[in-house]
Amino acid sequence: MSANHDRSNLLEVRGLTKIFGTLTACDHIDLNIAKGEIHALLGENGAGKSTLVKMLFGSLEPNSGEIFWDGKAVKITSPGVAKKLGIGMVFQHFSLFEALTAAENIALSLNDGSPISTIAAKARALSFSYGLPLDPDSLVGDLSVGERQRIEIIRCLLQTPQLIILDEPTSVLTPQEADKLFETLERLRSEGKSILYISHRLEEVKRICDRATVLRHGKVVGHCNPREETAASLARMMVGSEVKAVERAPAEGIETAPALLEIRGLTRKPATPFAIPLKNINLTVRAGEVIGIAGVAGNGQGEFFESVSGEVLQQDAGSVRIRGKDAGALSITGRRLMGAAFVPEERLGHGAAPRMKLSENLLLSRHATDGKAFVGSGGMVKNSAVYSAAQRIITAMDVRKSAPDPEAAALSGGNLQKFIVGRELDRKPSVMIVNQPTWGVDAGAAARIRQALIELARSGSAVLVISQDLDELFELSDAIAVMHNGELSAPLPIAEATFEKIGLLMGGAEPGHAEHSLEIA
Amino acid sequence: MDITVNILLTIATAATPLLIAAIGELVVERSGVLNLGVEGMMIMGAVGGFGAGYLTGSPWIGLLAAIIVGALFSLLFAVMTLSLATNQVATGLSLTLLGLGLSGMIGTSFVGQPGVRLPNLDIPGISSIPVVGKLIFGQDPVFYISIALTAAVMWFLFRTRTGLTLRSIGDSHTSAHALGIKVIRYRYLAVIFGGACAGLAGGHLSLVYTPQWVENMSAGRGWIALALVVFASWRPWRVLAGAYIFGAVWIGQLHAQAFGIPVPSQFLSSLPYLATIVVLVLISRNKRLTMMNTPASLGQPFVPDR
Repeated sequence: MSANHDRSNLLEVRGLTKIFGTLTACDHIDLNIAKGEIHALLGENGAGKSTLVKMLFGSLEPNSGEIFWDGKAVKITSPGVAKKLGIGMVFQHFSLFEALTAAENIALSLNDGSPISTIAAKARALSFSYGLPLDPDSLVGDLSVGERQRIEIIRCLLQTPQLIILDEPTSVLTPQEADKLFETLERLRSEGKSILYISHRLEEVKRICDRATVLRHGKVVGHCNPREETAASLARMMVGSEVKAVERAPAEGIETAPALLEIRGLTRKPATPFAIPLKNINLTVRAGEVIGIAGVAGNGQGEFFESVSGEVLQQDAGSVRIRGKDAGALSITGRRLMGAAFVPEERLGHGAAPRMKLSENLLLSRHATDGKAFVGSGGMVKNSAVYSAAQRIITAMDVRKSAPDPEAAALSGGNLQKFIVGRELDRKPSVMIVNQPTWGVDAGAAARIRQALIELARSGSAVLVISQDLDELFELSDAIAVMHNGELSAPLPIAEATFEKIGLLMGGAEPGHAEHSLEIA
Repeated sequence: MDITVNILLTIATAATPLLIAAIGELVVERSGVLNLGVEGMMIMGAVGGFGAGYLTGSPWIGLLAAIIVGALFSLLFAVMTLSLATNQVATGLSLTLLGLGLSGMIGTSFVGQPGVRLPNLDIPGISSIPVVGKLIFGQDPVFYISIALTAAVMWFLFRTRTGLTLRSIGDSHTSAHALGIKVIRYRYLAVIFGGACAGLAGGHLSLVYTPQWVENMSAGRGWIALALVVFASWRPWRVLAGAYIFGAVWIGQLHAQAFGIPVPSQFLSSLPYLATIVVLVLISRNKRLTMMNTPASLGQPFVPDR
């Protein structure tokens, strides 16, 4: 419109602001994306990245601010408008329909009325030309997360967008799948398309992005060329202070230490048509060590955690043994009484009851194991003891909250996770099993949780960590096993483990068959 | 022979209102909305249809009125649950209670009045052919509508783009919204379609089945239609099968009671329910297929965050 808008910018954002209640999620954001560049949007969880891109894609309405597309002022009132302009989006939490086929999913977003078979053929051709093979007739519910992301990408490309927004695309991919994605992105850039790349993985941002905009607490705190920065300097911009590195003292005498958690031939049939069956899983965690379980999301980790924690009971009581005794037929409480503690992946609903106070959540999970401390004679709850224990955990884990004893749902995801982990650590369990310990937790708090888990192990407990974050597993594990399609590999000692080896196992390669698996990836 | 034909005809008459109401509700639930007000919309259709037919003397105007009353009544549910995001279960239940009460009040002056009946199809020379003529060419018009409606809904849901969009909304309204699909608009249309169907089913009761107005004359048929949708795992042809099994066993047990078979009548009365459930459970043993057809977002209110 006005002459001062540079036509070399495909998208220009000025003063974009979004307020939710009292929280300013995005505060006067300025952002320029040039034609043919890969632009990184960096920031911690909760920095406002997702809110910003949702406004760019029309799923959220900004409170104020302007957006210029190709030099013209535009109002993006709906995803339909965004698509018409030429903005495509690959979502972080996939927006796919599980009960429909890949082709039907693609057809739904195209809206051009051509028959499904034509769309399927187009999708197949495009997917092969980009080296992202895809079977349009397969049911989405049956596909791995990596394959689902291919559908999202192909669906986005079929709309021939000028700007492609990718929200944390590699968080669900194996390193090899991520490499494939980067090749695709570089090819798209060479075709003159612009890409807005959201991630908190700094190494990959340094590798593929031309420019970066860093957000913190909803504000732009800097622009930079990621290639000229180090991972540490980028992290400092994101967090605002130095992040303390996790220290892991070498574990000693593990081989002779008693096995506190033993999984013997654990097998489980799929509970739902889209669930993963567990196939003959064997694993031993000894006193003093941290074992990590890596794997792409949806390869049976959830099913495995449910079986080990007692959310689902086993037919063979000997398939889960805690401190040398059969525990497979025991409930969660039974297993807790044997000295085990569990932190599930889902915080609200599994880890905590959302509408109950933190102290009540503490009582819920520990009334059986700490009966004497929290429940007095005649079954009366000692409210003051529960309250002071909750406050002790809140202080120990530095849980940030708005009230002395708020409802669990009132906390941010990261702070609630600190409380839940702290609640279990407070018991000094001899077996600790954690699923996704720091998902959505900011860098400082994540370091604190990881350090606490290592210290728990070194004081003589067995710690098992299931995570999709390889950096995290390398930071805290003594050995890493990989879960793929319901099977668990033998643990690889950390000294021998490399990103590449673990990545191949995540992609389904048998150890020693690495060259074959590259084609799969 | 004549007795068999007559029994078959009564089965069709008993199954038709169930089929129509259930097919309408199936479309509603496929869009992810659970409307428990079928019974209420049905009885409103029945009283509206009877009233319009009685006052104008035309059963066709009555039938049209039944459809319109059912659709308007469902609009109330749509505004509450879709625009105001109220709890669908509670709103649906109150819709049923409101419908039963309101229809009784509207219908006080209709009680005991002679109604008008929709004439059966009569094609000279063809409808009088023994057996086939009566069964295929001699039934009431709503019967033909019900069969055509089932076929049309099947074609719509599984062969058209709009049907695919509707199913996708039922599977995940957040994903659909993210794609720019107008979730609320689709659901409004689905709910109104379901209301129109329930109204038509009610009109069949008061203009064909028993052409008169009796308070509570829907007698729980709306609830049976609701159950049929679930037990048929949201698939149209199974709804058709379920409705006819229910109708057949219903008529069968009535005859059995009339013959004085030495079985407690309470047991016989419960047979239609038992038989329908058993058969539909047996045909939906395939868990995978059932999962695929179950609308995953059923009953969840949708509030787009903007």
